[in-house]
Amino acid sequence: MSTEQEPEQRTIRCLVAKVGLDGHDRGAHVIARAFRDAGFEVIYSGLHKAPDEIVQAAVQEDVDVLGISILSGAHNTLVPKIVEGLKEYGAFEDTLIIVGGIIPEDDRPGLKEEGVAEIFGPGASMQETIDFVRENAHDR
Amino acid sequence: MGELIDDLLDGQHRALARVITKIENRSPGYRDLVRELHQHTGDADVVGITGSPGAGKSTLVDKMAAEYRERGLTVGVIAIDPSSPFTGGAVLGDRIRMASNVGDMDVFFRSMSARGQLGGVSTATTDAVKALDAFGKDKIIVETVGAGQNEIDIVRTADTVAVLVPPSSGDDVQMLKAGILEIGDVFVVNKADLDGADRTVSELKEMIMMRDASPAAGTGGYHGAGTDATDASGHHGPDEGGTAGGGGTDPDPSAEITGPGSAGTPGSTTDQGGPVETDEGEAWVPPVVQTVANTGEGVEGFLETLDGHRNFLERTGQLEAKTRKRYAEEIRRLLREDTRALLERELEAQGGIDAFVEDVMARETDPYTVADEVVQPLRDCLGGRSEDGA
Repeated sequence: MSTEQEPEQRTIRCLVAKVGLDGHDRGAHVIARAFRDAGFEVIYSGLHKAPDEIVQAAVQEDVDVLGISILSGAHNTLVPKIVEGLKEYGAFEDTLIIVGGIIPEDDRPGLKEEGVAEIFGPGASMQETIDFVRENAHDR
Repeated sequence: MGELIDDLLDGQHRALARVITKIENRSPGYRDLVRELHQHTGDADVVGITGSPGAGKSTLVDKMAAEYRERGLTVGVIAIDPSSPFTGGAVLGDRIRMASNVGDMDVFFRSMSARGQLGGVSTATTDAVKALDAFGKDKIIVETVGAGQNEIDIVRTADTVAVLVPPSSGDDVQMLKAGILEIGDVFVVNKADLDGADRTVSELKEMIMMRDASPAAGTGGYHGAGTDATDASGHHGPDEGGTAGGGGTDPDPSAEITGPGSAGTPGSTTDQGGPVETDEGEAWVPPVVQTVANTGEGVEGFLETLDGHRNFLERTGQLEAKTRKRYAEEIRRLLREDTRALLERELEAQGGIDAFVEDVMARETDPYTVADEVVQPLRDCLGGRSEDGA
């Protein structure tokens, strides 16, 4: 119907998540703000969240993108738990999962196999990340 | 489409989340979704929470949800945050404070961006509330942006509106006079453990009495308390001072809380707000309650006050009146949206707005004439139909 106004560009919703014991959220704040300025709607999880909480938030908020920021090295334990939870709610298929932070080269293939779309380490530019989200978080 | 609704009615959180997204995005077909939802709505109790930024809305909502869950009720929360007028982007930060309900899917918390809508509550909120209602939530809490005086929209969504006021907010309270004071069914002085809470409570009570005594009160919607309230203010003025002095050393918010239990004693009823008898029947004087949302203190009493208001609305038939008014509003709003879209299309068909602006700039025509011209087909059509009918 023509009476339904179509936004020129659908608003991208994104959950920026901090999981586990890692207490550093500067990076998460920076990315949250950059995403906001890119016109995304950003939900920030806050620090010290359990995988369950991240899944709950991602499902309820129906986000297009789940950005997990991890600096603690626990990614191999935490990311699979989140993926599992998303699958349980049927939300895995259309959630673009990206990971940012300190991820050793050796661990990257494993995470991608789990379902992580891209990993942004130190030195990744903001614009790169935003462009990646724009290109990959679309129609569902 | 039908499947999505079926899944929602079946209790699938994913479907509920997806329906709200479609509503928010005004995705193609969202109207059909809302249409289907309607027949399954009407059972939820909708509470609006508003107040200035930093008043503690999110923390209180968190504790409210936890308390409702304690009582075996399911909860839906919609929290609205502002969006950037430039990029449309937003950081939706209220979820962080939902710590008490972690891992409990029966508290369905959804952040919404105001998406540039004035009034703080996006037009999609009403529809999102319907989705939560149809899903079967017992209590739905709508938390507004808290930007200030233009929070009146929340009244259109909620059965009961609670306005949060931080302590020592003399200036804020002054600000409230013009806008938010009129929409509150219950006032909450949160952070009641801070200095100045008692003063804020008595200031609020005083203003509520003045409001209800003002000539406009009778015409001003659903409150309209009579002269009893004014008298009460006169009687109890000195008492307030006493309470403030005593409370300063040992703040005991629960002592101030108004519950339905106290409604039986007329004296305390007028003092603390709640239903009062007037010449025109039963009226509602907004109670002022105190909470410390951080610790959960006073939250139980606050919820009882909300229930008290709900009961009052049901008992007096005002709930139905409110609902009628709300649907009338909704129909009008949809009509406005639809006609606007029709006229936009007509505008395009007649050559677009820029061309008209050119002509206006050149003094060849003027905005009124343009509007007349563009709306003419619609006028002909509707006018023609009514003549046919006559």
